[in-house]
Amino acid sequence: MEETLAPKQTGGLFHRVGLFFKPVPLLGYLLGFLACAIWEQSAGEGLTVLLGLPKMPVLFGLLTIFKVLAGIINFLIKGDAFNWATWVYIPAALVYLTVIYLLPLAIVARAVVKPANALARFLQRFPLIVTALVQLGLMYAVLHVWAEMSDYRLIFLKLTLIAVLFTLSLNIINGYMGEFSCSHPGFMAIGAYMSSLFTVGLFASDKVLGEAVFNVSTAYLTFPLALIFGGLMASMGALIVAIPSFKTRGDYLAIISLAFLFIVKSFFENMQALGGSRGISGQPDWATLPVIFITMALGIWTINNFVTSTMGKALNAVRDDESAAEAMTVNTRKTKMTAFLFGAFWAGVAGGLLAHVLRYVNPAMFSVQKLAEVLAMVYFGGLNSVYGSIVGAVSISLLGEALRPLEILKWIVIPLLLILVMIYRPTGLIAFKEFDVRQVFGPKEVE
Amino acid sequence: MTVNFFLQNLINALQWGSFYALIALGYSMVYSILMLFNFAHGDIFMVGAYIGLGVSIGLLSLFGTGAAAVLPGWVLLVMTLLISMFLTAFVGIIVERVGYRPLREAPRASAAITGLMIGIILETSNILFLGGSRLKFPQLIESTTYNIGGVFVTNKKIMIVLVSIGLMLALHQFISRTRWGMAMRAMAYDYVVVPLVGVPMNTIAAMTFAIGSALAAAAGILFGLAYPVLDPYMGVSFGWKAFVAAILGGRGSIMGACIAGFMLGFIEIMTVPAIQIVNRLFSLNIGSNLRDLIAYSIVLLILIFRPHGLFGQAYSAKLRL
Repeated sequence: MEETLAPKQTGGLFHRVGLFFKPVPLLGYLLGFLACAIWEQSAGEGLTVLLGLPKMPVLFGLLTIFKVLAGIINFLIKGDAFNWATWVYIPAALVYLTVIYLLPLAIVARAVVKPANALARFLQRFPLIVTALVQLGLMYAVLHVWAEMSDYRLIFLKLTLIAVLFTLSLNIINGYMGEFSCSHPGFMAIGAYMSSLFTVGLFASDKVLGEAVFNVSTAYLTFPLALIFGGLMASMGALIVAIPSFKTRGDYLAIISLAFLFIVKSFFENMQALGGSRGISGQPDWATLPVIFITMALGIWTINNFVTSTMGKALNAVRDDESAAEAMTVNTRKTKMTAFLFGAFWAGVAGGLLAHVLRYVNPAMFSVQKLAEVLAMVYFGGLNSVYGSIVGAVSISLLGEALRPLEILKWIVIPLLLILVMIYRPTGLIAFKEFDVRQVFGPKEVE
Repeated sequence: MTVNFFLQNLINALQWGSFYALIALGYSMVYSILMLFNFAHGDIFMVGAYIGLGVSIGLLSLFGTGAAAVLPGWVLLVMTLLISMFLTAFVGIIVERVGYRPLREAPRASAAITGLMIGIILETSNILFLGGSRLKFPQLIESTTYNIGGVFVTNKKIMIVLVSIGLMLALHQFISRTRWGMAMRAMAYDYVVVPLVGVPMNTIAAMTFAIGSALAAAAGILFGLAYPVLDPYMGVSFGWKAFVAAILGGRGSIMGACIAGFMLGFIEIMTVPAIQIVNRLFSLNIGSNLRDLIAYSIVLLILIFRPHGLFGQAYSAKLRL
């Protein structure tokens, strides 16, 4: 009975804000963000001085706020000296956030509703690829302009995009197929090492792997080959987990995959030819933002196509009831095998990108901590959902960066948050939601 | 020579395996009742070791050390063990109450995530309160070495193996003889119907966590006696390895967990001399730090050929996910 009354009563501020932005298509938000980024380039510096902030906020002012909060917490707990004049940075950062981001975004997004919707409708007349390319191009432009402001933003953005790809590839196995696979950092490690082997071994001079074989100038074209090579090698490694998965599932598969992770880590630690526990360094700086963005877009595209295909439906059938799926002529072995190899391939590609962003790779990067991190991203965002993986990866990365000033306390805040999410939404924030590209890129029709 | 060498390693393996076995018991017991793994268990082992450290320092300052000692060392050790097991049991109960009880109807993977996160919180709080530096576990009993026909055994090693086997037997008696143990067995048999006939599910679950945590605390203190340096991340590697042992024994099988724990210890310790022997026989040069790789490859092989563990029963239950 109360449920019938509830929607009208909760129609408060959030509801009205939601209604206000309801007719804005993705194109409108992209234009809004582009305006914000350009506006920040021209006015950010001046506003920083005007507000008396020590330096320009790099992460929407969040870092500035948490730095002050961390100072207050240290003052309260440890009695460290705290400069009380700095607390004004909190309102200043909020003003900065409002003036630079929120207001222009709201104004532009709302103002361009009609032209943006018309453009989206116009673009929809062409094949889907045209719409996708235009909007992805615009999205890249936003990220590019935003990241141009500082190197910190650039590296943050690169790592976040890689995390999105990595999380999504794990969601295939843990979300769509419903296994609890712990081997994903292992696949990533194989991809990272193998693509590094490819690039460092062939195109750069290195202490461990010897002199360069090829000339560097033409090498840029072969970076995709290196990534694909890394991905394929990761897929080969995935066979070790995929074949036992025919007979066993659940906890035993979890342990097999965990054993696989330990084996991979131990293998790379002991391979002196691959640098042992010091790893390989000196990867060429080829993983630039456009490369990563294109790879991620390709990854999301193929993974989304995969999980919405017949094979993807078969995956869900295997998850929900394996014997029923078998009875309904689903080839469970083929399905499981494909899912593992496909997930591992993209994890390997993500690993290759990671190795070339950080420009070093060592076994310690792919430990149980990495596993906990990526599991947190998958389960926070939501199982069985492309949206969920994007949201999970971006929000955990953003949270991790924003809470960095809290130092060790960060590792209490983030786990607590995850526990709360698990208790109130056990399958994650946006779970079991289909990612319909046509709808995402299309116009918003509001009657 | 070779027999002595083998015996020497066997004793080390027994000691090493008893830590795994004690921790694996906690995983296995919780699994048999709730059908999920408590991924915070490794960190409860760490917390138990630190509680043991605090208790033993407190007892030493109360009853004196060295020449001024009022009580002999072994009495202090027994007191430390009992008090810390009792205190750590409450940690287990809190973990169950906060992380697992709200999620009993949720997908199992969600509970796994909360377990992992509670583990991280325990590690971080330890660093926060104790400063992250490694601490030295006080030596409660004097170490003496016996030479039995060329095999060197310390009294600590004997004590560790005996205490852990004693605890396992006590657990066995508790589960098979008492009313509570019977309730636990019933719950493990069917956790849907048994609560309907009046067995208090929440009490049994909390008790299972308490017993598992107490055993982990015992393992932590014994570990502290054998390797007296504690650090906040000691629970991570131990926890995962004990988890492997629990699965290897067959999920939910108490005896399986004990035997697989000792077996894993045996495999880990024995690979080093095995590599040496292989190197000598075939004049190869394989590094002895391949231990983990070989140990886990063996585990992988066992699980491929016996997919339900050593003592687990094959059954085709639908997953709750």
